[in-house]
Amino acid sequence: MAPELALADPAPAAEAHAPAPLAVSGLSHAFGKRTVLDAVDLTVRAGSFTVLLGLNGAGKTTLFALVTRLYHARAGTITVFGHDIQRTPGPALARMGVVFQQPTLDLDLTVEQNLRYHAALHGMPRRLAASRLLEELTRIGLEGRRRDKVRQLSGGQRRRVELARALLHRPSLLLLDEPTVGLDLASRHFLLEHVRTLCREQGIGVLWATHLIDEVGADADVVVLHRGRVVASGRPAALIAMTGARDLRDAFAALTGLASREEGGAEG
Amino acid sequence: MMQASSYAICLSGVVEREALRWLNQRGRFVSALVRPLVWLAIFAAGFHFVLGVSIIPPYETYIPYEVYIAPGLVAMILLFNGMQSSLSMVYDREMGSMKTLLISPFPRWFLLVAKLLAGVFVSTVQAYIFLAIAWFWDITPPWGGYLAVLPALLLSGLMLGALGLVLSSFIRQLENFAGVMNFVIFPMFFTSSALYPLWRVKEASLVVYWLSEINPFTHATELIRFALYEKFEPLAALVVAAYLFVFVVLAVWGYDPGRGLMARRAGGE
Repeated sequence: MAPELALADPAPAAEAHAPAPLAVSGLSHAFGKRTVLDAVDLTVRAGSFTVLLGLNGAGKTTLFALVTRLYHARAGTITVFGHDIQRTPGPALARMGVVFQQPTLDLDLTVEQNLRYHAALHGMPRRLAASRLLEELTRIGLEGRRRDKVRQLSGGQRRRVELARALLHRPSLLLLDEPTVGLDLASRHFLLEHVRTLCREQGIGVLWATHLIDEVGADADVVVLHRGRVVASGRPAALIAMTGARDLRDAFAALTGLASREEGGAEG
Repeated sequence: MMQASSYAICLSGVVEREALRWLNQRGRFVSALVRPLVWLAIFAAGFHFVLGVSIIPPYETYIPYEVYIAPGLVAMILLFNGMQSSLSMVYDREMGSMKTLLISPFPRWFLLVAKLLAGVFVSTVQAYIFLAIAWFWDITPPWGGYLAVLPALLLSGLMLGALGLVLSSFIRQLENFAGVMNFVIFPMFFTSSALYPLWRVKEASLVVYWLSEINPFTHATELIRFALYEKFEPLAALVVAAYLFVFVVLAVWGYDPGRGLMARRAGGE
């Protein structure tokens, strides 16, 4: 079990009883005999930027597949605003926006066509889709490229389009699996700031999976996943205090029992 | 929140994407058309003198061999497209765009059926383009046949597309088109009534005859052949519909998140 170490819980009282954007409890999964997730508990509160921190192979992508209902877990429950993902997937998926680790845009279609397809998958009428599309593209500064094929966009721009797509249906829970992999510094910074702003200003709950410790801000909620288990969760300051480490990087190393050789994987 | 109108929006979005992809992939578009035309031009011309086709329903006179194989080539377009869309599912899954489809809040069976209908829409358009070109080859069914063939194309296209879906969910080795050609398309095409009437096959080999009789592709071909000449073949329609039902059930089962097939696949990747 993970020690609950949140020092100052900023959740307003009004939200205390509302169902959390994402609540995962006792989640376990295995491929064949290989256990990938072992009794994972985690919660994403409204307006929280929650970082799922773990090395490659810690089970982050499997967790995302289970939360997005690509397949079912062997054990445990996942609820999105109180909707069980297995029993009532419709309303759960409707409030969720996802950016997968692999690129999922159609390269031969235009930016606009890609976004319109997503809007249709959420049953959004065409006119509403058109205005949302423009709004989201403007927000990421790509409204001028909307008739360009995705193939003509840079890696960073494609990622931004994927973020815009994930936000098109105004989700209240945003999931991003290693969204900054392969991006240059400027694109990483843009994406990170954009998502943090969404948390702050719109109260969206965010689950941001990464192995890059420098993507964790001081105000983030951190869940450290190691070999399929949650080894700690809480504010960075709390994790540092708990482990008696100098900084979060050391705290992470201590929590995951990293040898210095493995540490390379956790560096930015 | 999920009213009938939003289902319609979702379906039209999936169809639109499929059509756009089809138009954007020139190679796919051209090869899908050229392939049956090559068969018509070369194969049929060569066999024209070898094979005499006696008068069998739905034909009322002696017919040249080109006329005999045209319906089979139409069915071949549907078969190729069905397999191509199954291949694109494998490809989509790798590229992750299958995930985009499956995280839609609509029920998964609906999403799969929408994907199926989108593929059939594209196949049907291609079949008509082929029939239009074939008209210049003196393959001139009655005008009413062009209308009557539409439901036959839809039903057969759905069935072959559903088969593709099943294969994409169950078979892992379906990674390249050569494999599909060798193990699915060619066997289905050759053990069918597309190239030779079954009575001739029966004279040559009883085993191949029975394989052809249970081959869904035979019945798709016959359904199309009869419809094109304004006739209805109830047995073919029944068999195609039965196969369609079985394949859809299997595909929905194969993509069921609880069945572990998706998980097994993901785990191996």
